[in-house]
Amino acid sequence: MSTARFFNPSGGLPHDLAPIGAGLSSSRAAVSLRSGWGNIRAIAGLVIKELYRRKDFYVLFILTALITIALGSVNFFGEDKIARYLKEICLLLIWIAGLVIAVTTTARQIPSERENRTIFPLLAKPVTRQHLILGKFLGCWLACGQALLVFYVFFGIISAAREHEFALAAYFQALTLHWCMLGVIVAMTLLGSIVFAAPSSNNTITLLVAVGIFLLARHLNKLALQLSEPWQSAIYGVYFAIPHLELFDVRDLVIHNWGAIPWLIWLAAVAYAAVYSAIFLTAACLLFRRKALN
Amino acid sequence: MEAILKIEDLRVEYRSREMGQQIKRAVRGLNLEVYPGEVFGFLGPNGAGKTTTMNVLLGFVSATAGAAYLFGVNVREPIARQRIGYLPELTYYYKFLSAEEILRFYGKIFRIPKAQLQQRIDAVLKLVELEHARRRPIKTYSKGMQQRVGLAQALINDPDLLVLDEPTSGLDPIGRMKVREIIQRLKNEGKTVFFSSHELGEVETVCDRVAIRHEGDLKAQGRVDELVREYECSNLEQVFLKSIDYRLAA
Repeated sequence: MSTARFFNPSGGLPHDLAPIGAGLSSSRAAVSLRSGWGNIRAIAGLVIKELYRRKDFYVLFILTALITIALGSVNFFGEDKIARYLKEICLLLIWIAGLVIAVTTTARQIPSERENRTIFPLLAKPVTRQHLILGKFLGCWLACGQALLVFYVFFGIISAAREHEFALAAYFQALTLHWCMLGVIVAMTLLGSIVFAAPSSNNTITLLVAVGIFLLARHLNKLALQLSEPWQSAIYGVYFAIPHLELFDVRDLVIHNWGAIPWLIWLAAVAYAAVYSAIFLTAACLLFRRKALN
Repeated sequence: MEAILKIEDLRVEYRSREMGQQIKRAVRGLNLEVYPGEVFGFLGPNGAGKTTTMNVLLGFVSATAGAAYLFGVNVREPIARQRIGYLPELTYYYKFLSAEEILRFYGKIFRIPKAQLQQRIDAVLKLVELEHARRRPIKTYSKGMQQRVGLAQALINDPDLLVLDEPTSGLDPIGRMKVREIIQRLKNEGKTVFFSSHELGEVETVCDRVAIRHEGDLKAQGRVDELVREYECSNLEQVFLKSIDYRLAA
């Protein structure tokens, strides 16, 4: 056995924390940070592999593709501007498919680890519960990004074929903002999976909350104005506390070929998504820290 | 000699969810030391606190009081688990993966370099005799094969300490023999093995020392031959029954 394999017998910092392949002089914090990122990446890779091997994504993609192609092949009343309606329907299908993939993929991650007891051999390795949450988030978010990319490339090809033009910047912004919004939803669903034991109830509640926010959040301030205290303050509180998912909806840019929004606004929206994702992930990590595993 | 595994005054208590229920003490003031190269048997009837103790060692459960150390590092720090391998009683792994893929995944967690990892995967699959099925999804494996995947994943990082929770539970006689052979082989390689089992004959065959627990308390601890002499019994099974005050029906 090499000396590199021994820990400091005094119980202080280990000389080497990894039996195979680790450096000798790393400090504990540096090793922890490096191995933490490695763990998060490994867990994320597992989530993506699982998505590839399940049929959910393929079913949703084929369904979206078939509906879009079927609609695209019909010439309604000889109307040239029908391409816009097609784009609207196709994008709506992509948004629904993206939401379903994000919520259903994420909701089952932690409960299935606990139910199938795969969490035990995993956490018996130098993996913390925080690594697990962050790895699951990264995996689900990247998987959603890959699915969105496939959907948007398909959508771009179909609409370019009909309109003979392609606004790359607007498509990029629509895709990235959509992906950032799914990041918030993935983080919210992960938090839900810690709170609700059954993935089905988490699926339903998260989908209802996401659709509710999407449809109603922008009207909450107007509603608050019409109410008396203390309801006005309560509704205002909700209005400022919830993530406004509707901010990420820039589908009209693509549908009506309006061109890209200013890049600073785009950046602010990305930062807004990052802050809300971080809040939900922190809450998930804190709740999961003391949660019984079985 | 420095202990590889050290438990000091460990106490684990659970608060019952039912109103009016008292606190359940799963482990009471446990002290234990396991030294390098030992095969240590952790015995006790169901509810003795064996799995709870293992759960503390593996960081699944926090101790109410006392402390546990692996290689001198408190088990609350994840890095304490860098040099251990763990085989749970019931082996469940990601069924959409093959044995090779699952070993690669765990190898990445231990940050084993790619080339070294491939060699390590080949070696452990050969050891557990799963080379022929390495690319098949785990969902197609028999229970014995799944248990051997469990052993393979526990060995992927070439651990110095193996924690096995009833490794032969539910296996057929051939499966048990193979697991026993592997434990014996690891012992010959100088690995430390800490395992719980209800198979006392098996424990007697492979263990250097044992600890017998009952209802959260440590009842006996020592070398198997010394305990047999001390309790004036002919085998470990009798020592076990005597130490937990079990009275056979007349």
